[in-house]
Amino acid sequence: MLDRPALLDVEGLRVRFSPKVEAIRGVSLRVERGQTHCVVGESGCGKSVSALAVMGLLARGAKRSAGHMRFDGQDILNLSERELQKLRGDRMAMIFQEPMTSLNPAYTVGSQMAEVLVRHRRVGKQQGLDRAAELLAKVGITAPGMRLAQYPHQLSGGLRQRVMIAMALMCDPELLIADEPTTALDVTVQAQILRLLRDLQQELGLAILLITHDLGVVARIAHKVSVMYAGEVVESASATDLFASPRHPYTRGLLACVPVPGTIKRGEPLGSIPGTVPRIADGFVGCGFRDRCAYAMPACAIGVPQRDDGAGHRHLCHLQ
Amino acid sequence: MRFEFRKFAFGLGVVIVLGIALVAVLAPWITPADPFAQNLEARMIPPIWMEGGRAENILGSDQLGRDYFSRLIYGARISMLIGTLVVICSGAIGITLGVVGGFFGGRVDAVVMFIITCRLSIPLILVALTVVSFVGSSLTVVVFTLGLLLWERFAVVARTTTMQVRTLDYISAAWAAGCSLPHILLREVLPNIVHHLIVVATLEMALAILLEAALSFLGLGVPPPLPSWGLMIAEAKDYMYFSPWVIMVPGVALFVLVLGINLLGDGLRDRLGAARDA
Repeated sequence: MLDRPALLDVEGLRVRFSPKVEAIRGVSLRVERGQTHCVVGESGCGKSVSALAVMGLLARGAKRSAGHMRFDGQDILNLSERELQKLRGDRMAMIFQEPMTSLNPAYTVGSQMAEVLVRHRRVGKQQGLDRAAELLAKVGITAPGMRLAQYPHQLSGGLRQRVMIAMALMCDPELLIADEPTTALDVTVQAQILRLLRDLQQELGLAILLITHDLGVVARIAHKVSVMYAGEVVESASATDLFASPRHPYTRGLLACVPVPGTIKRGEPLGSIPGTVPRIADGFVGCGFRDRCAYAMPACAIGVPQRDDGAGHRHLCHLQ
Repeated sequence: MRFEFRKFAFGLGVVIVLGIALVAVLAPWITPADPFAQNLEARMIPPIWMEGGRAENILGSDQLGRDYFSRLIYGARISMLIGTLVVICSGAIGITLGVVGGFFGGRVDAVVMFIITCRLSIPLILVALTVVSFVGSSLTVVVFTLGLLLWERFAVVARTTTMQVRTLDYISAAWAAGCSLPHILLREVLPNIVHHLIVVATLEMALAILLEAALSFLGLGVPPPLPSWGLMIAEAKDYMYFSPWVIMVPGVALFVLVLGINLLGDGLRDRLGAARDA
């Protein structure tokens, strides 16, 4: 395991949307084979943009640069669009937040699922449909044969998200990027989908890069966590480590917002973080969190050191 | 009650359009006489229900003694042929421009909008008249002239609907599944806007048929002796004071066909829209 490189290794990723606004400011991520890596943070901190940047799916006009970006040891930063198309949907797949609009309403579930396999593996339509039925059964859909012939509007939100997951698995990808896969679903369905992802991971050895703003989701499923704030990873650690000893004030703030039965006293207000994510203009130096941070000091406006405890727990703060 | 009427109107539209299309296709087998055969001894015979009518010419005969009923049936051929070909031609141009502009946005879209604006500022009949009078009138010239002029509604509708579809997640999902650009335009975007385009197609077809009739009436459309309805009206206008039916028969036919196509288009719009929202 140690001699093999991480499945996805991103170093110093930067994304710029206009000459003035840099949305991602040096993000590094490592996703190991067979593990779940969660990216957490509030809306607008750049989680989804990072994921899209990895897939090479940024909107036109966005500029991407990085120290390096490797998938299974192969550089994917400078791949041509054609080579990326071969990779996408085959070895790395993605599922989106909104199950209601992620399926094409003009085709049956079966035909759009089969399409993925036909495209990447040059197999016949029937083979694609067989594989689709097999995967629908695997993601816990009863009567897959019937579902294949249905159109997306005939399915519920939870079913559609299962279909999306099954569709992402058509070519046996090594990496699954899930952008808030449970946000649009109700709580019971959320739990089912998370369990499904975890089971699939164990069964298929899938690496999952999961984007969420929900620490409950992180606690359930993550091996590693990266906390993002204003386009930077402010803290990254293994999930157990992060929940046990959060180091960055932002992470602590986030954890304080979550009610934990037994530790919260009746009548005591839940924690909250004052203010909103600042707009980071060009030429911004120092810590992006300093205006909202209770521990801010003059040095925070000058620069922030990257701290590493040597056991994989890294954070970006003056505080130890 | 209102709903019932809508159903009836749609049904009527279907029956009219399919009926006329069928007649057009079967023309050689159902016409009682050769539409080009002149019979100078039997000129201006009134229809069968009028005084002096006779069974050989159900709708009478024209100033050259040609059977009016047969000419009307062959005229349906010309109208349907022109309507269909013009829609195919203008649809290809308009949908391509609209989808490309709507999907790519930015500078590409600005160019497409400029082309559409240019087209909208061209007086249609005037240009059609000029082109036909320079090149000479024939069926092909009429089809291409109208086809090259009538695409702007296709372009506008394709552009706006593409813009709506482009931002939806299934387009991102298609990119994420490794689909190529042509695949996304043709297989993901187009099927989801086609129900809007079908409605436009019916309206354009009605417009093309009317324009052909107008051009033919002005003597710049389909050349005689082809039996176009517009040409029949033009030839009949000299006789309308003494035998009004010569102008009424093709006029009514034209009215019924265009009405049928419009009813069909309205019904399709309601139906396809409702199916989407369900």
